[in-house]
Amino acid sequence: MTMATEASKAIDGVKAEQWVRMYRRMVMIREFEENVNELYTRALMPGLAHLYIGEEAVAVGICEALQKTDYITSTHRGHGHCLAKGAAPERMFAELLGKKSGYCKGKGGSMHIADPATGNLGANAIVGGSAGIATGAAFSSKRLGTGQVTVCFFGEGALGQGVLYEVMNLAALLKLPVIYVCENNLYNEYTHYSETTAGDILSRGKAFGVPAESVDGQDVREVFATAQRLVDRARRGEGPAFLVCNTYRYHGHHVGDINREYYRSKQEEQEWKTKRDPIRNFAEWMSEQRVADAPKLEAIQREVRAEMKAAVESAIAAPYPSPEEVTQDVYA
Amino acid sequence: MPEAATRELTFAQAVREALAEEMRRDKRVCIFGEDVAEAGTPFKVLSGLVEEFGRERVLDTPISEAGFCGMGVGAAMTGLRPVVDIMFGDFLTLTMDQLVNQAAKVHYMSGGTWKVPMVLRTTLGATRRSAAQHSQSLHAWLSHVPGLKVAMPSTPYDAKGLLKTAIRDDNPVVFFEDKMMYKMKGPVPEAEYTIPLGVADVKRAGEDITLVAVSSMVQVALGAAELLEHIGVSAEVIDPRTTWPFDEKTLVESAKKTSRAMVIDEGYGRYGVTGEIASVIAEGAFYSLEAPVKRMGAMHVPIPFSPPLEDVTVPTEQTVFEAARALCGKA
Repeated sequence: MTMATEASKAIDGVKAEQWVRMYRRMVMIREFEENVNELYTRALMPGLAHLYIGEEAVAVGICEALQKTDYITSTHRGHGHCLAKGAAPERMFAELLGKKSGYCKGKGGSMHIADPATGNLGANAIVGGSAGIATGAAFSSKRLGTGQVTVCFFGEGALGQGVLYEVMNLAALLKLPVIYVCENNLYNEYTHYSETTAGDILSRGKAFGVPAESVDGQDVREVFATAQRLVDRARRGEGPAFLVCNTYRYHGHHVGDINREYYRSKQEEQEWKTKRDPIRNFAEWMSEQRVADAPKLEAIQREVRAEMKAAVESAIAAPYPSPEEVTQDVYA
Repeated sequence: MPEAATRELTFAQAVREALAEEMRRDKRVCIFGEDVAEAGTPFKVLSGLVEEFGRERVLDTPISEAGFCGMGVGAAMTGLRPVVDIMFGDFLTLTMDQLVNQAAKVHYMSGGTWKVPMVLRTTLGATRRSAAQHSQSLHAWLSHVPGLKVAMPSTPYDAKGLLKTAIRDDNPVVFFEDKMMYKMKGPVPEAEYTIPLGVADVKRAGEDITLVAVSSMVQVALGAAELLEHIGVSAEVIDPRTTWPFDEKTLVESAKKTSRAMVIDEGYGRYGVTGEIASVIAEGAFYSLEAPVKRMGAMHVPIPFSPPLEDVTVPTEQTVFEAARALCGKA
């Protein structure tokens, strides 16, 4: 077997185990979301589901550059961020199903997963709604001297929200350790971003003196390398950064958004899925570089698929909260 | 027992003393706001704090109410206890997402795992000739939102005691100060004290009618009570001090005793605090009441600039006196 040599192989200063871990995380997110899609279409899941499929390299590349104690804020399309930061799939599924064992005891649901143990300050269903919270967390880290870095995830739709620019200005003035990560998946719900976004996106950060750059969000290695650099810089006390990750949302705005041809073509979707799939391309690279061979990667897929199935079954079987709990946790 | 030592402080001094004491006690307490440092705010409420605590803890922000309020929410979640200063209550509109969708809901939505120990201090009150965008009293809006607490002090004593409690509370507390009251003096003990949120205060005992008044209207109600005394009506003045948590019991007991009640508030009468409190009294004391509960709030108009126009928009000692007299059948 070739495992021993593969395990010690390092590329770009990253050991094979770490590449494989990133691959596993990306597969986990995709499998998680496939299960969400199924739960939703089987009418087992209440509410809304905004799937992250296609964008896995962004969450994984960024969170791989973070420590467990670092903070993130997430979005309505947040399952990927939460999993990449270390959330347990079973408790995630339980929350999505409104079960008591979920991360928020069933009170938050898909759009509000939060978990202090993994530094997840919470997903947010207001577009751009967590920009203030992320900036405040960075303020605390700086004031308390903890060395933590905060990543604020948001979609390109949030570029239309004024509060984002208010806090970027504050973060630049105060040199806060926060990275504003814009996931540009091209669509603000059902509208192409070019119809809503004037001028140049990166200039919006640069105007505040915030270093701004963009990466191919389908390439986990590029996302990771850039994130590492920006996170290290923030941790050294050199201030905020603005990173645009160009990516694509394979599914609709939410699971129920089936007929999408009025805003984007099937051909466009097909091109992203076949030519720019972050998981397949990463797998090919790992095979080429002999980081991990195809059988190993397929085994990971099978393992993760089984883990997700077990997690879903466990969440389905888990009890709902009792109605008396409705008044708990309104106040601390 | 010897009487505890007190001195006269203005409302502004009482607020400042509460902040200074809490900042000395707890290094996590910090202030964010526009012109809060060297300027000490336009009302000079915070004068001197930056000299003692430095610019790191008394932080001048850009004119970005949503931004620095949101920063307060995140800082509160992660180990600090920010006191966010929103100069005029009218500017609360700019912070609404941060307060209503974020601060108020973080604890509940996260299943009780994250907390937001933040205080947002702001002002209310008309008659300062500041027109429609610097004169509103919008506390009813925030009292409507589960997850927020709302404090409405009416004296220097209450301001200090309630603010210290608010800063120590693990929930977001919105703290309204009547900007016309900053120079009002009152006794404040030398020794440290706090006042719990959710406990009403009987500001004046009486037998014939209950006047429930909030914030700026407490002094108005006390003045009206003096006028009522001259015509032989004994008025009890009750100050809830916080609109949430809310001390229903004290109000209902008083209304049961006096059999008549009026509610006076500087917020708009329509869909406001007066309607809520009147309903609490009507439900709790219905069989003891000899008249319908009377409400008096601000007129349903944007606050006008011209003094003769502005002055008629809010309840005064005279209008409260006349309404109370009529309610007691002494017209």
